[in-house]
Amino acid sequence: MAHDNSYTGQKFEVVGNRFLRPDGIDKVTGKARYGADANAPGQLVGLVLRSPHAHAKIKKIDTSKAEKLPGVKAVITSDDLPDLTGGNAGNAHILENCMARGRALYDGHAVAAVAAVDRQTARQALKLIKVSYQKLPHVTDVDEAMAPDAPVIHDWCFTAGLEEKPTKPSNIANRTQMGHGDVDAGFAAADVIIEKSYKTEQTHQGYIEPHACLASVNPDGTSELWVTTQGPFSYRSVCAALLGLDIAKLKVTSSEIGGGFGGKTHVWTEPLALALSRKANRPVKLVMTRDEVFRATGPTASTSVDVKIGATRKGKITAATLELRYQGGAFPGPWAMLACMTGFACYNIENQRSVGWDVIVNRPKVAAYRAPSAPMAAYAVESTMDLVADAIGMDAVDFRLKNVAKEGTQAPYGPIYGPIGIEAALKAVKKHPHMKSRLKKGQGRGVACGFWFNIGGQTCVDLNIGTDGTVNLAVGTVDVGGARSSLAMIAAEELGVGYDDVKVHVADTSSLGHNDTTEGSRGTFSSGMAAIFAARDAIEVLKGRAAKMLDVPVEDIVWEHGEARATGKGHGNLPKLSLKEIAAKSPNTGGPIAGHNEVVADGAGMGFAAHICDLEVDQETGHTEILRYTVVQDAGKAINPDYVEGQFQGAAAQGIGWALNEEYIYGKDGRLQNPGFLDYRIPVCSDLPFIDTKILEIPNPTHPYGIRGVGETSIVPPLGAIGNAIANATGVRMNHVPMSPVRVLDALDQAAQYEEQVSAG
Amino acid sequence: MRYESPATTKEAVALLAKEKGAAFILAGGTDLLVRMKMGLAEPDLVVDIKRIPDMNTIKTTQTGFRIGAGVSGAQLTAHKAINKAWPGVVEATHLIGSDQIQGRCTMAGNLCNASPAADSVPAMIAAGAKAIVVGKGKRRTVPVEKIVTGPGKTSLKKGEVVEAITLPKPAKRTGDAYLRFTPRTEMDIAVVGVGISMTLERGVVKKARVCLGAVAPTAVLVPAAARALVGSKLDDAALNKLVAACAKACNPIDDKRGTAAYRTRVAGVLAKRAAKIAYKRAGGAA
Repeated sequence: MAHDNSYTGQKFEVVGNRFLRPDGIDKVTGKARYGADANAPGQLVGLVLRSPHAHAKIKKIDTSKAEKLPGVKAVITSDDLPDLTGGNAGNAHILENCMARGRALYDGHAVAAVAAVDRQTARQALKLIKVSYQKLPHVTDVDEAMAPDAPVIHDWCFTAGLEEKPTKPSNIANRTQMGHGDVDAGFAAADVIIEKSYKTEQTHQGYIEPHACLASVNPDGTSELWVTTQGPFSYRSVCAALLGLDIAKLKVTSSEIGGGFGGKTHVWTEPLALALSRKANRPVKLVMTRDEVFRATGPTASTSVDVKIGATRKGKITAATLELRYQGGAFPGPWAMLACMTGFACYNIENQRSVGWDVIVNRPKVAAYRAPSAPMAAYAVESTMDLVADAIGMDAVDFRLKNVAKEGTQAPYGPIYGPIGIEAALKAVKKHPHMKSRLKKGQGRGVACGFWFNIGGQTCVDLNIGTDGTVNLAVGTVDVGGARSSLAMIAAEELGVGYDDVKVHVADTSSLGHNDTTEGSRGTFSSGMAAIFAARDAIEVLKGRAAKMLDVPVEDIVWEHGEARATGKGHGNLPKLSLKEIAAKSPNTGGPIAGHNEVVADGAGMGFAAHICDLEVDQETGHTEILRYTVVQDAGKAINPDYVEGQFQGAAAQGIGWALNEEYIYGKDGRLQNPGFLDYRIPVCSDLPFIDTKILEIPNPTHPYGIRGVGETSIVPPLGAIGNAIANATGVRMNHVPMSPVRVLDALDQAAQYEEQVSAG
Repeated sequence: MRYESPATTKEAVALLAKEKGAAFILAGGTDLLVRMKMGLAEPDLVVDIKRIPDMNTIKTTQTGFRIGAGVSGAQLTAHKAINKAWPGVVEATHLIGSDQIQGRCTMAGNLCNASPAADSVPAMIAAGAKAIVVGKGKRRTVPVEKIVTGPGKTSLKKGEVVEAITLPKPAKRTGDAYLRFTPRTEMDIAVVGVGISMTLERGVVKKARVCLGAVAPTAVLVPAAARALVGSKLDDAALNKLVAACAKACNPIDDKRGTAAYRTRVAGVLAKRAAKIAYKRAGGAA
């Protein structure tokens, strides 16, 4: 049945309330089953041998001793993973990333794997594998990798997107350009032009649960994979393609997930676990260590960005350009392109151009991290926005409002915006009590904006009504942030039953049609839309059954508040029938009552946010303490406000960590120096103040309930907000993230030396 | 791997002395177990000292306190008399790890793990703490600063175990303090640590001990820094001398946790701040 996804302004009874999350008790009592919590009879322990070199030719791998060790049931190298990708470059890169093929491309790149009866034996087996490496020159910095004399990592990499095809390979995989208007004329019309360059270091999603799976491949070609993932269907397609399995014969079940933030949208060791299981003919459990998670999964890009913004004295931006250099690790990626699309998205800039360079370096293959690529571009833009506002003597929030994007503004990547929330967010910031609170000496305040697209995509749900009137909703989008609660509320709203009457579960890949991965803040948006449609289908069935029970034509039945009622002449004294009553009779009126929906959920509403940050800088140590933090973001419609706030707070917390301390530190040898949570510093609770939130609800016109994705946008503003607040507190503009104590003290010193020189004349 | 949990120090010493392979002592295990999980330590023998009654008590003696090697950070923090006598030592020990770690970690373990960045060590050295070392048939008392010889290395001989740490009874008008710098508020490791103790007479510093952590291969006692304070009422001139003496004593490395220049600079900043706290605790007018 075709359904309309337009927003209708429907009044809600269930939606908008705060209900407990259904998975909460299991999670706090330790009952929830995560990736490492599945076991199978006869299972083996899988471990992976990884390259200690940043870049090396693998001359030989001798596995004979490991294979002879009692208790070892399988040893694999890339020889056990023949290339079946048939010209699909994306899959070929994934295959090579999962296991090195003749060359180790980064510190931590897998070169072999073993499956043994226990962990000790598997560890011993790894030590018995002899790999002869020939070290090759390496490069890990994005700017150095672009230099003409940089070691070229792949001889097949010729820069795409240039007018003339290059004659020599380089580390630049792709050039992207977008924008509109006449930039030169725009700058010519500017009274003030500010140009500045920024760098941001590589960060990791930092999910607490490491990647873990249990793989079992049977001789008849059927197989199962229990795994912590954001996208069981995508894992299924990719694993099936890499291992030559039939999609329908590989059942992927997603476990509870201990954080993903984009890092669990791609496969890492799962194909290795399947290959080990296939070779050993036993189930194989493979759990990554934290060290492996840092060295060999998918952190976000480190970047180098140039911004130029021109404005009139009255505060109108006349032109702006961005030059974005993003490293995607050892393989090409879309990361600079995404940055081009997002950098100026909060503003109405008539003349703008963004140029992106996707660069290959000897680091792990970059993956999505919450609003991937947007925070770094926004850091550069939002910092420069404050500099321009300063230069023309205008309040930084007023300057943003003067140039804010609205309905009808053209986005950097082309389309014209519908109703969006950035103007409302900035106005809410201006009015917020936070902005009126007094700052003490040494403290500073910063404001910054952020944008994220949000996506929809392929979605499929099943809704089944039991004979007692309780409801099962099976969805295929993994619940990463409380979606099961929101989806239960949506189904309850449509059917007119209670929240507690609906049980939502995430189905395995054999039980539903393809669902795209939970990414792009799509879970509640997409599965919510499908759940509405499935419930409406079920209501049609319920009406039919009611008609039968009341013996009236179905056209005379209306559905109101969870009840069927007959309207029209002569039906006045017929009873109303509740969903429970109809369900109880269902065995005799036509069997099970169900609704189903498959949809490509189009029209994901864009997400916009503005943040306020107060902080204090210890001018003797460079340490920054966040004192107060407020998030304002447009949610379209907050289904369960508790979890919307949770998303805002979590995203801001990750952004704060990124801004202040988190970074991949590579040594001169190209090896990662800090693959652990001691020296890769995500914030702990005591590092953060309570993060205050304000939800705006500007309905998304292309969702029945007006929902916009909420999960990602708020990781975008913190880098800029904190940079702006540090500048406000100290007078020093930081141009390198993280703004760690060492960097801040260094910048304060340089500024002080400069002052001395100036005053000394 | 063998695991043993002897009931006496003597048995522990015998087990350690006899073992031919790699033997490790398990106190709180907050370093050892992590190293084992990471594959950095592969013991043939682990001797758990938590079951030795003598090692799990804090005793108040005529000369001060005797803190068993198995006493946890949480136990130490709960001990009122030590808090009163050596608040800096208690605070330093309390900085190890997190609340959860505090339930297990020990001062003796923090010392014998021999990390240059150990938090409790500069505070212990500043307070004049000693280690009671027991070996086969003999027992010796060693100033804490003589235990660690380099990163991961101690002066303990095969079969020797630290049974307890002693803290002296503080002289009247004595105060101590420990400050460390970490980027995070907790669950972190010192980039610089400074322990200071001092004794006053009519507001003038008579005796002082200053010890720096994380700025050299071991914690360093800095007599020149102490001399900068002695005879002063903690005026700016004395504090500036303290800063200079600390900077001179620093021999740090550039690493992922901070540059040498940063560590040297912040050592002085923290020394100044810690001196002010210790002075106030000793009864000096702030």
